[in-house]
Amino acid sequence: MFLGTFTGFAKTITVCNSCPIKTIQGGIAQASEGDTVLVKKGIYNEVNIIIDKAITLLGEDMPTIDGEDRGEIIKIVSNNVTVDGFKIINVGTSYTSDYAAVRVIKQDGFLIQNLELEKLFFGIYLEKSNNGKVLNNKIRGDAVNEYNSGNGIQLWYCKGVEVRGNTVENVRDGIYLEFSDNIIISHNLSKNNLRYGLHFMFSNNDVYEYNIFENNGAGVAVMFSKFIEMHYNIFKENWGTASFGILLKEINDANITNNVFKENTIGINIEGSNRINYENNDFTSNGYAIKVKGACYNNQFINNNFRYNSFDITYNGRLNSNKFDNNYWSNYTGYDLDKNGIGDVPYRPVKLFTYIVNRTPETIILLRSLFIDIIDFSEKVSPVFTPDDLMDINPRMKPINHDRS
Amino acid sequence: MLKILKYSFYDLVRSRWSYVYFLFYLLLGVVLLFLNNDLSKAVITLMNVIIILVPLIGTIFGVMYYYDSREFTELLLAQPVKRSSIFLGQYFGVATSLAMSLVIGLGLPFVFYGIFNSSAIWDFSLLLVTGAFLTFIFTALAFVIALSNENKIKGFGYAILLWLFMAVIYDGIFLMSLLYFEDYPLDKFSLAATMLNPVDLSRVLILLKLDISALLGYTGAVFQKFFGTNFGLILSSAMLAVWVIVPTFFIWRIAKRKDF
Repeated sequence: MFLGTFTGFAKTITVCNSCPIKTIQGGIAQASEGDTVLVKKGIYNEVNIIIDKAITLLGEDMPTIDGEDRGEIIKIVSNNVTVDGFKIINVGTSYTSDYAAVRVIKQDGFLIQNLELEKLFFGIYLEKSNNGKVLNNKIRGDAVNEYNSGNGIQLWYCKGVEVRGNTVENVRDGIYLEFSDNIIISHNLSKNNLRYGLHFMFSNNDVYEYNIFENNGAGVAVMFSKFIEMHYNIFKENWGTASFGILLKEINDANITNNVFKENTIGINIEGSNRINYENNDFTSNGYAIKVKGACYNNQFINNNFRYNSFDITYNGRLNSNKFDNNYWSNYTGYDLDKNGIGDVPYRPVKLFTYIVNRTPETIILLRSLFIDIIDFSEKVSPVFTPDDLMDINPRMKPINHDRS
Repeated sequence: MLKILKYSFYDLVRSRWSYVYFLFYLLLGVVLLFLNNDLSKAVITLMNVIIILVPLIGTIFGVMYYYDSREFTELLLAQPVKRSSIFLGQYFGVATSLAMSLVIGLGLPFVFYGIFNSSAIWDFSLLLVTGAFLTFIFTALAFVIALSNENKIKGFGYAILLWLFMAVIYDGIFLMSLLYFEDYPLDKFSLAATMLNPVDLSRVLILLKLDISALLGYTGAVFQKFFGTNFGLILSSAMLAVWVIVPTFFIWRIAKRKDF
């Protein structure tokens, strides 16, 4: 009885080049709710494959769907659809509509996994769709210009989606979120993208962890969002005149912990962001570790390592209500007489020179000049221009060993 | 001239000071490399040393040598030797031996460390070349000062002042003028002001070769565009060469007319 029901509900329809059913769209037409459409290895030249019932579209040995640059390839318009194991190439480029390799429109419970997308415009485009998963996809674009390239994974008005284990390279924005809440983005690798590795706006209560963002045009941009958790991410080699690890703009009540910022022009660029905890992060060999650009209140920087950055912190105001405590600063020159591991003199991370540079950017050309070292030293001894309460009262003598295994 | 150059050179190479100078650089190189273990970091620290210490030592050593060898110079002047050859010979002798101490002293530890197999080789050679240039420039300036001042104390004073001006005060004036004229486009001005001071020019050349050029933002991009091209490189080398040639010409001229 159960078996009968089971087979009655879930049959498998096979599609291959030599089968009775030769097209994927044809296979879907034959299927009913709960069925599996199994696509064998081969090349299928199809566009506008519309999945309008809850089926599993399963590729065997990575069959290729070639869109021949004619437009959108898979469109999901039903709940509970699974797409698994395809190579999708040649999505059409358009200046009027955002063609995607896989698009989900207003549906729940989708699962998109193990896809390989190449030569694409937009990759996976989720539109007003909730409670789905996007797992282990490889997206490799060939974007050259921002205006005619799309994003790898785009979420627009989505809730409760998990994006995990994806690799996104050479597109415009690696992962893009707008108006999307309660999203988990983890274990992704986003690199060599034209603009941002991860870009999100107006998206609240999201979690980003264990991702790697590497060598993107401008790094990661986080704007106009609340209650963000960023843990264990690695931001590295975002190097260029306008690049940064993360850009935080109008972000409130976030936790940024256990991240690594390595060799970025600017580690974190902060504007108008309040009540953020920066803890246990490593800032190593950045141009600027943290650049604070005004209107940032009640932030806490605790237990971070600042190593070999050209500038640790820059500020452009005299007002400070942020707290720096218990960090390790490789530029610290104080002493520790009582041997408790905490330096006896406070550390002032803001140099006078960074103030001058903020005011007149051309003066940066005097970087590492002896004169600059002298005025920095005199400012350190008696602060006149830099906020005199901006200091780490308990600077550590030794770097903290953050366990990130 | 060559004979006097050779004599001055051998005299200096045998002297204690060259050894001290040589050993200092050798030690510096070794310490930097084996405490740091990071080649590009070591190059940055070396840059600081080169743009500050090399001019200082060049100036002081040049002045010192001139005053010290004054009696010998007077003896030489009694011989049928051209005046210009005496002084130019002495100058090149001092400058060459100083430059050699620098290049060999710093070069040896880096060679043993394996600079030839490293990508930092060009940065490093640029460092040594600018260091050698700075030695020649500041020794020449020191000779000019020493030749025009009979009084030792005065000579030393001017020499130190010259170094102080080039290494510190110039940048202060530069910074002040940048701040004062901040409402105007300053790219051309800062380029010119950099070109005019050999210390600044060397510093910017090395900075741009190191990876921190992106840090310089828009200004850096302007500089990179200028110095990154062959034209910029040739022009800045020419500028450094001019800084050697002009004081050398002055040595020649002053030496020709001077009464002893």
